[in-house]
Amino acid sequence: MRSSTSFSVLAGLVLLAALALFPLIGSRFGIDLVTKMMILAIFALSLELLVGQTGLVSFGHAAFLGIAAYTVALMTPESEPASIWVVLPAALLFSGGYAFFVGALSLRTRGIYFIMVTLAFAQMAYYVFHDTALGRGSDGIYLYFRPDVSIGDWRLIDLDAGNTFYWFVLASLAFVFVLLSLIVRSRFGRALAGIRVNEQRMRAAGFATYPYKLAAFVVAAMLAGLAGFLSALKDGFVNPELLSWHESGAVLIMIILGGIGSLWGALLGAFAFVLLQEFFQSDPIFGEFARHWQLTLGLSIIACVALMPQGLIGLGRQLGRRVSLRRRLRHA
Amino acid sequence: MDPVVFLVQCLNAIQYGLLLFLVASGLTLIFGIMGVINLAHGSFYMIGAYMAFALGPWVEQVLGGGFLVTLVVVVLLAVLLGYVLEWVFFSYLYEREHLQQVLMTYALILVFEELRSLLVGDDVHGVPVPAWLSGTIPLGELMTYPVYRLLVSGVCVLVALGLFWVITRTRLGMTIRAGASNREMVQAMGVDIQFLYRVVFAAGVALAALAGAIAAPVSSVYPGMGNQVLIICFVVVVIGGIGSIRGALLAAMLVGFVETFGTVFFPQAAGLLVYVLMAAILLWRPEGLFRSA
Repeated sequence: MRSSTSFSVLAGLVLLAALALFPLIGSRFGIDLVTKMMILAIFALSLELLVGQTGLVSFGHAAFLGIAAYTVALMTPESEPASIWVVLPAALLFSGGYAFFVGALSLRTRGIYFIMVTLAFAQMAYYVFHDTALGRGSDGIYLYFRPDVSIGDWRLIDLDAGNTFYWFVLASLAFVFVLLSLIVRSRFGRALAGIRVNEQRMRAAGFATYPYKLAAFVVAAMLAGLAGFLSALKDGFVNPELLSWHESGAVLIMIILGGIGSLWGALLGAFAFVLLQEFFQSDPIFGEFARHWQLTLGLSIIACVALMPQGLIGLGRQLGRRVSLRRRLRHA
Repeated sequence: MDPVVFLVQCLNAIQYGLLLFLVASGLTLIFGIMGVINLAHGSFYMIGAYMAFALGPWVEQVLGGGFLVTLVVVVLLAVLLGYVLEWVFFSYLYEREHLQQVLMTYALILVFEELRSLLVGDDVHGVPVPAWLSGTIPLGELMTYPVYRLLVSGVCVLVALGLFWVITRTRLGMTIRAGASNREMVQAMGVDIQFLYRVVFAAGVALAALAGAIAAPVSSVYPGMGNQVLIICFVVVVIGGIGSIRGALLAAMLVGFVETFGTVFFPQAAGLLVYVLMAAILLWRPEGLFRSA
């Protein structure tokens, strides 16, 4: 256990260093792509807390991302930047608030019904932004200024300068990963794992499971809100598609692809999903066929399901077992 | 509201609800019995519609048959497709975690969508209403109602009756009902569950494809048509209670009426209403209207 923890820390530091140094060699396109990957990784990690750690499969997680993104866009005036100390907490608060409402109601249901109720509430949020004056329709809203990060008159960082935004996203990702690692190891995280494995037994052991699940739901939503906040800043506009069920589905696919039950799986899944998509869409490699990237992506996901029952993260374990099996056979 | 307009809206709601029922009944069977959350079910609807579009002229030339023959061909091909799909893609997944199957069905959506694009292209196509059904029936002084839409409702009602007969009166239906309430026990009683799965999956695919094929002349065929129907069918299945055909019928009619009349009375909130309905029903009855077990 201890050796695997220190391995994790080491791997994390190596990855952090690699990502931090990437802008020095990467092209504009590459930096944009990695920024997108990191934002999606935050989103996937936030869902992993629910699906992988607590066993609550939410099919409406994009709502919380979208609400935070819309909060930033609506609170930023058209002529000047807003202060990050206002918009960031507001974005997280709105996401968390809606999650409190949704979670309080939907946690009464279980299994597939929970999946569908979360979808229903996400669709409601989608239609509120899509059909009412608040969200200004399917075109969405432009965000003209990234928020201002300063204390008094002292400008801490300028999110528009060079690669500052990239590092800001990286720092957020590192923060979320460390925070979730700590949560998973905490008493709270252990209780969530207990609920995942056997909720009835947890209740028999004296845990009121409902508040634990609700807390996990709200925390996950606020972290998704952070991803939404960053995504609005990155693209400079928001539209209702951020809240659509396709987004909720895609992030679920990412963590399943990476391997449920591990934070590394969520991270890996998000990176792999974006890279695969980008790879199959690239003209130089596939030429005319790049237009049909969904076919190759779909087939490779089928191959993943067939060959890797535990997701990408389980691949190492799988190979290890095969090697040890072969060694044992040789000795026998 | 004018009574004639009201009548027309009612007919529309019934027709829409019945179509939803055809797609959702397969979905609810597949979920109730196999435990597979089949995201690709909308694709089967899309495949049915495109088959009706692409095979219609061929059937006329080679077989000399009309629209009804096309429907039969579509259903036969869909049964075959469902049987093979279950065999190749799902038969080894039952022991795995449910989410792995979700991932598989998601991949199938992508594959089917692109195959459609490769084979038929990305254009929107109309499918002609067969000549003998293209008339209209006068309603009141000003309104008319197309005969074809009535036929759609008629076919759906027939299929629904047939389905109820199979489920409640035959030995196969008995095993299906038993499978929906307790899979392990059915297996222990010596039923070949693998074969049952294949039959149910093939039937589900055929129902969805049939719905797509008869809806094609009304809605035309277009890329992404499957995804639109998928989510609304999940709503139907969940409101009705998973695995319950009766529940699916009731929920489909409910959704049909709420959507149709929602669009008339509250165009701003039409999309929202169905989900409000679903959330309300699930909070009232956390396992849907008719839980089969």
